[in-house]
Amino acid sequence: MKTEESLMYMRNWILFLTIALTTCVDGADTPELGQPASEADIEQVFWSVFPDGENLPAGSGLAVDGKALFNIYCIACHGIEGAGLTAVALVGGQGSLATDTPLKTIGSYRPYAPTIFKYIRRSMPYIAPMSLSNDDYYAVTAYLLELNGILEPGSVVNAETLPKVRMPNRDGFVNAYPKVPRKYDY
Amino acid sequence: MSERDLMDSLPPVAANGLLDRRLFMKSIAAGGVGALTVPVLADPVGKDQPSWLLAPGQGAQGYGTPSRHEQLVRWIKPQWPLGATIQGLAFTPHQGLTGTYTPSGLHFEVNHHGIPDIDPNLHSLVIHGMVDRPLKFTVESLDYYPTLTRSHFLECSGNSGALWADEPIDALLDQTHGLLSGSEWTGVSLATLLDEAGVQAEGKWIIAEGADSGSLSRSIPMEKAMDDSFIALYQNGERLRPGQGYPMRLFNPGFEGNTSVKWLRSLRVTDRPAMTKFETANYTDLMPDGKALQFSLKLEVKSVITRPSNATVLPKKNAVYEVTGLAWSGSGRIRKVEVSADGGATWAEAELQGPVLPIMLTRFRLPWRWDGSPAILQSRATDETGRLQPTRTQLLDARGKHGHYHYHAIHSWSVDENGGIAHVYA
Ligand code: HEC
Repeated sequence: MKTEESLMYMRNWILFLTIALTTCVDGADTPELGQPASEADIEQVFWSVFPDGENLPAGSGLAVDGKALFNIYCIACHGIEGAGLTAVALVGGQGSLATDTPLKTIGSYRPYAPTIFKYIRRSMPYIAPMSLSNDDYYAVTAYLLELNGILEPGSVVNAETLPKVRMPNRDGFVNAYPKVPRKYDY
Repeated sequence: MSERDLMDSLPPVAANGLLDRRLFMKSIAAGGVGALTVPVLADPVGKDQPSWLLAPGQGAQGYGTPSRHEQLVRWIKPQWPLGATIQGLAFTPHQGLTGTYTPSGLHFEVNHHGIPDIDPNLHSLVIHGMVDRPLKFTVESLDYYPTLTRSHFLECSGNSGALWADEPIDALLDQTHGLLSGSEWTGVSLATLLDEAGVQAEGKWIIAEGADSGSLSRSIPMEKAMDDSFIALYQNGERLRPGQGYPMRLFNPGFEGNTSVKWLRSLRVTDRPAMTKFETANYTDLMPDGKALQFSLKLEVKSVITRPSNATVLPKKNAVYEVTGLAWSGSGRIRKVEVSADGGATWAEAELQGPVLPIMLTRFRLPWRWDGSPAILQSRATDETGRLQPTRTQLLDARGKHGHYHYHAIHSWSVDENGGIAHVYA
């Protein structure tokens, strides 16, 4: 084949492939009505925080401030020092999981500190979620982690430190997807 | 005759809406001067008929409701007086239902943070993260996509949670099996929308977040999302109800109900799960060794006899009764349901009501002659993968009694010599 000819041959192939690909991608089988989502659109709806701290906001807090906030905004449901009242206990239960009276709290059960913060920040106080500042949410998280004996008194809690907190039940979970492990099957 | 009926009965007399001039005369006659006279005779021919035969009934309602003589409603779990009052658990009353499709108003609900009142014009779904094109879909735009319709059951993994307790509870079937319902769901395939956004090779999970006040969030494996998950917009032919996620919910067939995130507004494509509260606190199953099963997403094979069930009384001895119930599995179709009347010593295969659909409630029936002596009624299901529903002892031996979720053992009803039915462990 002459160079010119082979070039043309290649060009035709590229044209053919491009058409084939664009028909696939543009999938004429749906109207494709999705609008480009802006950073602001994403920020508005995306609150999840990952165990490594991805998506933690700026700000920081101390347990002393957290205690004051807790006693105003949380105590009515979660009780004195998070002992539980009309809503679940947030303190205690370490060492109870394998006993006949297990107590699952954020201190005894939950494996990652950043995702505890995420839930408090996005969902609490129950009757008025997202009503405090990021600093406030870091502070109540610090208070709850100190109450559980997981943080030293006076620890600064923020996007840097929270992912480094080692939760007591960090290794307490077994993946059951797609199958429940044999050990727990009948 | 009402004015409306009159108008309908009169042919137009000219184009564009002109009607017979007698219309007004007739209306006047109907509404006015004593034209309607009800006879009051001493001995009318209908004197022995019930009242509802002796006068025309009411007109139709815009949205129909059950007869005022029917009181079948969902059982609402009592809430703490302060704090958790907006949480809602509503249980389907299977003791009074006979179908496989649950009426929408009786579908179960678990609302961790109440039911949001969402304006569909202000709601949209954003797909973002590891995608080529982050996209935003309005509710209206999804109506223009090719629709997909599936009949599926939905079950909360906390369904039958009360049956882990040491003593059998004396409660109606709604309380023991009511976090289970079946519907026809219509919406848009999730893969279609993900393809439009262009999922990148590293995208292995999707974090779904709801627009409720607590933002219920779950991590969904990408293989599931691309396989058969969909965005449900309609339930039993009408728009989703607020308690079912109006205006849109995720639906993951065969997965524990909590993953089918209601009021869906955000899908983040990622390379790892987010370890949300609802997959590290709730919806994890504590095992006897202190470890907990996580991402126990698939619902297991299960069945229960719905009639007779707790607190009913068989009216007559030495009579043939129908034993009927529901069977379901998150892994596909029900292959077989067996019924025992002697506490599991012997089993007989029940008739399955067709069509038997994958990941849908399947009704079974078997005639049973009750001779008047005490008996234990049980059912056990086998799904198309060959998985057989375990006995209570098998389940507890393997998983202890603090798992809280995914209770799916064989359920037992005792029949006493008076025909009374009660819940027992057998
Ligand atoms: C009006 C009552 C109420 C108030 C006030 C309240 N909570 Fe809660 N909280 C709840 C309820 C109810 C739940 C469980 C929600 C569910 O069903 O998922 C909860 C759950 C939690 C959890 C999750 C526990 C776990 O095991 O993972 C944390 C953490 C928490 N609350 C912290 C707080 C903090 C911090 C405050 C104050 C800023 C607060 N709550 C105020 C009612 C309340």
